[in-house]
Amino acid sequence: MSDRTYPDESVGTFPSPPAAFTGGEDREIRLRESGRGDVDALVEMYEGFDPADRAQGIPPIDPEAIRDWLETIVTEDSVSVVAAHEDRLVGHAILVPDRQDGYELAIFILAEYQGAGIGTELLSHLLGAGQAVGVDRVWLTVERWNDAAIALYRKIGFETASSESFELEMSIRL
Amino acid sequence: MKVLLGTGGRADGFDALDRTLERTREAGDDLTVAVLETSSDEDVAAVAEGVRERVADSGVDAEVHVLEGHPGSQLVELAETGGFDRIVLGGGQRSPLGKIDLGEVAEFVLLNADVSVTLVR
Repeated sequence: MSDRTYPDESVGTFPSPPAAFTGGEDREIRLRESGRGDVDALVEMYEGFDPADRAQGIPPIDPEAIRDWLETIVTEDSVSVVAAHEDRLVGHAILVPDRQDGYELAIFILAEYQGAGIGTELLSHLLGAGQAVGVDRVWLTVERWNDAAIALYRKIGFETASSESFELEMSIRL
Repeated sequence: MKVLLGTGGRADGFDALDRTLERTREAGDDLTVAVLETSSDEDVAAVAEGVRERVADSGVDAEVHVLEGHPGSQLVELAETGGFDRIVLGGGQRSPLGKIDLGEVAEFVLLNADVSVTLVR
């Protein structure tokens, strides 16, 4: 993995979780930080994830593979925020450290909760939670055809870092 | 079937090599291994030596070549000029989050090869 590029300028301050807001159809959505104790609920969420929304092999499909994947990424070194509606997790966003002091970001929202502004809130609060523990460089990859996701990342402040491979790489400085 | 495996020195390359050797033995394929210059920090000759040892240990009779220069185009050219039926490559590294990241070589070969390409997962 080569050296990544990040914008020179920091984008400012993001809000920290916990938070609550109305995410379309009068659904009360709550955001909070999550950890190892949430793995069971996260496995359940990812079992209901639309396979068409998978990206580069994640989330895995098999429940055991989902659990192994979550146990690898939800650690003390990562920053993880969930979106809950009533008793159920409906969204998850996470920052996982790379080996160069940066963090890779991913966000997943159940299909029936997409298009309700949850992604914007979840991403902002994830970056806020990251800032609170000193995260200052974040990157992600996204499929080139995923216009909705790319527009969301741009709105938050991500810039294109590299467009030389299959996926578009974007980055942000906090 | 005449199979051309392209490998760098990275972990996924050796994994692909081991799986391809196993498959070659089962299918009775005719295998050639091309060691590619995928990174300037790797000693291609040392990688090739490691590959030859692994091939010898497996009991499979396969030629091992070092391809110098641009790895993707050299591999595609060898596949065409050598009359190969298939190119085999490692199926990508995983990012910290577990995303599959296809490297430059895999992308070049997938887009430019006129034979079928197998990515080993």
